[in-house]
Amino acid sequence: MKKTNKRGSFIALICVILMLALVVVLENTVPFTSMLFTVLKKGAVYALVVVSMNLLNGFTGLFSLGQAGFMLLGAYTYAIFTIPSDVRDSVFYLFGGSALHISFPEMFESVFGSTGVGGAISLILGVLLALILAGLVAAFFAYLIGLPVLRLKSDYLAIATLGFAEIIRAVFQWDKLGPVTNGANMLKSFPSFTSFNLKDAGGHVVLRLSTLVPFVVATLCIFLIVLLINSSYGRAFKAIREDEVAAEAMGINLFKHKQLSFCISSFFAGVGGALLAMYSNQVQAKVFTAAMTYELLLIVVIGGIGSVSGSCIAAFLYIAASEWWLRGLDENPFLGIDAPAVFRVGLRLVVFSVIIMIVVLFFRRGIMGDRELPDLFRRHKKAAKEVAK
Amino acid sequence: MSENVLCVEHVTMQFGGVVAVNDLSLEVNQGEIVALIGPNGAGKTTAFNCITGVYEPTNGKVDFMGAPMVENFPQGNMKKMYLGEHNGDYTRKLNPTPDRITRLGIARTFQNIRLFSALTVFENVLIAKHMRARQNFLSATFRLNWAEERRMRRETMELLERQGMTHLKDERAANLPYGIQRRLEIARALATEPKLLLLDEPAAGMNPQETQELTDFIRQIREEHNLSIFMIEHHMDLVMQISDRIYVLDFGKLIAEGTPSEVQNNQRVIDAYLGVADDAEN
Repeated sequence: MKKTNKRGSFIALICVILMLALVVVLENTVPFTSMLFTVLKKGAVYALVVVSMNLLNGFTGLFSLGQAGFMLLGAYTYAIFTIPSDVRDSVFYLFGGSALHISFPEMFESVFGSTGVGGAISLILGVLLALILAGLVAAFFAYLIGLPVLRLKSDYLAIATLGFAEIIRAVFQWDKLGPVTNGANMLKSFPSFTSFNLKDAGGHVVLRLSTLVPFVVATLCIFLIVLLINSSYGRAFKAIREDEVAAEAMGINLFKHKQLSFCISSFFAGVGGALLAMYSNQVQAKVFTAAMTYELLLIVVIGGIGSVSGSCIAAFLYIAASEWWLRGLDENPFLGIDAPAVFRVGLRLVVFSVIIMIVVLFFRRGIMGDRELPDLFRRHKKAAKEVAK
Repeated sequence: MSENVLCVEHVTMQFGGVVAVNDLSLEVNQGEIVALIGPNGAGKTTAFNCITGVYEPTNGKVDFMGAPMVENFPQGNMKKMYLGEHNGDYTRKLNPTPDRITRLGIARTFQNIRLFSALTVFENVLIAKHMRARQNFLSATFRLNWAEERRMRRETMELLERQGMTHLKDERAANLPYGIQRRLEIARALATEPKLLLLDEPAAGMNPQETQELTDFIRQIREEHNLSIFMIEHHMDLVMQISDRIYVLDFGKLIAEGTPSEVQNNQRVIDAYLGVADDAEN
């Protein structure tokens, strides 16, 4: 059993490296304006957020709908701590400048220099630090919110977390906090994915890495979540999902473990929120609505509650279908789809909803159920062996 | 041999105006198998739930291994509503959660089986090892606890081997036959390394042969794990064969205690089970 385990992780590692390499190759061969990259970038970000939601909903059995709120916290934290000081005043012009004057990339620039390799290092370190801080802020708020809320169960928990997410959104739009959050206006000009493209001295792009960045961050985070799920703590989470009373009788402290799962899930939601901010080049509180949480929940359900690989696959399929493949229904003919002009603008959502209903009807437990990708191969192998006999 | 493991003192559990357990006092000594019997609705499971921290008793005290574990007295509204005895004898509030009590060394099984049904047999037992591990979530995630993890897996394997369940280890718990599920639940409880095992109707729904096997099994685990066992049971064959002492509960009140033969011949017990005219009660 151990041997196959080791081989399995080796194969998985090779697959991940191949995937990352493919992303780099694709981005530098296919024209960068292609919708493919929008889908890949947003898909990677969503995959992370959905997996973090699955950790809570699918593995710990806590029905929480606060994900968008924690993403918002992460996105704002990231933005506030990375906007360069020279554009701060123009971003916060309505509030007479920003109250905070810290920019992580610039902080590192003072150490490593702002040009060439030094500039790249300070950008990477600065963004990394901001991402981690984004996660920590989200996790900290999750801890505070969890204290009262995690004593609730199922639907009540869902309503309470949903309420908190809405409160967070309202607070961030509050005028009095303007010097910090820029009120209801957007935050922008912070480092985004395209900042990571390698440029030569003349400012021409030499190597495009903008799609690689979300992939690397999301892969790393999902890898950590998978490690956690397969550890003793992951098993304790599953025990809570299966039967709270029995889990408690087995010596598992319900509150402590729920709190842990809630904070870790929110940490990665925060990182995901920061990535989403990088993806869209701007942050505005009004984006992180309850509808976004429902969208995430939908992807969790489509992928399979309790399946990490299902969540990842579903995230990419969902984004691809909603942003790319069904374009022809709304706009000009695309991918062979050409809807009559009467239906233009709006038909896409109708078709999309119908597809989702079909998926939910025919894959009642999601695309993957609670299995993971390797399980599928294992079963095929077993079946093949039996056939050979 | 006569070291006191569990000592329940004047425990009363009152739900609103209903006294489910009334002034219950009992003892379990080291190495003993003690049974709690009584007609349906007598309050046996409620008594169990008071001991394991699922309920807070309204009044009374439970000692475990000579140290106070649970203690409570009527508070708030209950002050006025309290119908039991020994009001005012206890002044401390001590209500650990069930996981704390399991940590102290009391493991239990449930009347209606509560396995982690989507997980495998191996995982079910392995989860019980989580509590005694010294890792934290970071060391567990980054696999710094590999030595401990390996030990947990090895101990789980050994436990399954001793129960003769190794061939089932990758089976989902939900797919097991009923009798095996019962045994798995006991195995899982044993994995928490208890000093006292509480079994809530371990033979419920079993045929005579399975019951006989269970009887031997309970004896065997007592020897192997140096346990004291306290159980609720309806199968009189099992109870009379195995118990060192028996407590009989009826309408929340203890009506008899003693060795199997004493209890069998106790008139009040016979009355409680067969029913008599109203005035004969109490």
